[in-house]
Amino acid sequence: MHVFEGFLPSPWWQLWFVFSIPVILYGMYKLNKLVSERREVVPLLAVAGAFIFVLSSLKLPSVTGSSSHPTGTGMAAILFGPAITAVLGVIVLLYQALFLAHGGITTLGANTASMAIIGPLVAYLFYRAAAKSGMNFYLNVFLATAIADWVTYVVTSAQLALAFPSAEGGILGSFTAFATVFATTQVPLAIMEGALTALIMKYVVQIKSDVLVDLDVLTTSAVTKLKEAME
Amino acid sequence: MKLEYLVAIVVILFAAQFFYGVAAHPDSEFGGADGAAEDVITEINPDYEPWFAGIGFEPPGGETESLLFALQAAFGAIVIGYTIGYYKGKGDSN
Repeated sequence: MHVFEGFLPSPWWQLWFVFSIPVILYGMYKLNKLVSERREVVPLLAVAGAFIFVLSSLKLPSVTGSSSHPTGTGMAAILFGPAITAVLGVIVLLYQALFLAHGGITTLGANTASMAIIGPLVAYLFYRAAAKSGMNFYLNVFLATAIADWVTYVVTSAQLALAFPSAEGGILGSFTAFATVFATTQVPLAIMEGALTALIMKYVVQIKSDVLVDLDVLTTSAVTKLKEAME
Repeated sequence: MKLEYLVAIVVILFAAQFFYGVAAHPDSEFGGADGAAEDVITEINPDYEPWFAGIGFEPPGGETESLLFALQAAFGAIVIGYTIGYYKGKGDSN
């Protein structure tokens, strides 16, 4: 559920482009480097991108009486970092804006900032910090992706609040109004996305753990421990 | 198998929250949250008109839209299934 086409007035839509474009360019540079230096990670990159495709097409009903969709960006962020995830996210956002009238071209900068940049960045930072503190891998993946999903919609609420401050409550007042819609609807979805991502990551550990070590997602000793637990 | 059980519990809880949502909002059609946000915008600023109509293709109706969403999901699922199967087959043959 992204900001609709034409629904961000000037100067907000331009500002979010200014925010997003440098990150996307940096992400393309990183992606290029990764693909040319480490051919063996390409299949996993395809999985991470495809995961965003699948999850962002599933409009799930929430207890609030509205539907919304998960983002799927947390997994890519944990595996490849936020910059590369931003590029994968933009591809999905472009597809939805051009073929589904979902999101929009003028709001692409803002939607990129929330779903493809800030959400994944939070997932990445959370995962790295929690991994250092020794948190269980699957719990870490679950929390990092669920939080990233949820933060995406908090950012969307903030973007709309900045552009549409309410007459009485100001920016904070409208933030509460938008967050009531987006952030509450998103809670069950975020939990679902976290659980699903943790499960997929378990299979990646099972069948292709060397790439995880290669990408610096897990240490060799952590992989050994996870594999022992599977038997 | 422990993680699979936990995920199954999350799926059941998700279904439960949905049925609770249906019971709590009997008139709701579970439309998109972005539509609900549009209502909030109209409430805050009744005069706001979207200033750009979009240049992309707009599905003529719900059927075509669900087709395109299904294609998006199917495409992604094929890539995930293919790659995991590829890795698994490679691992087994070693």
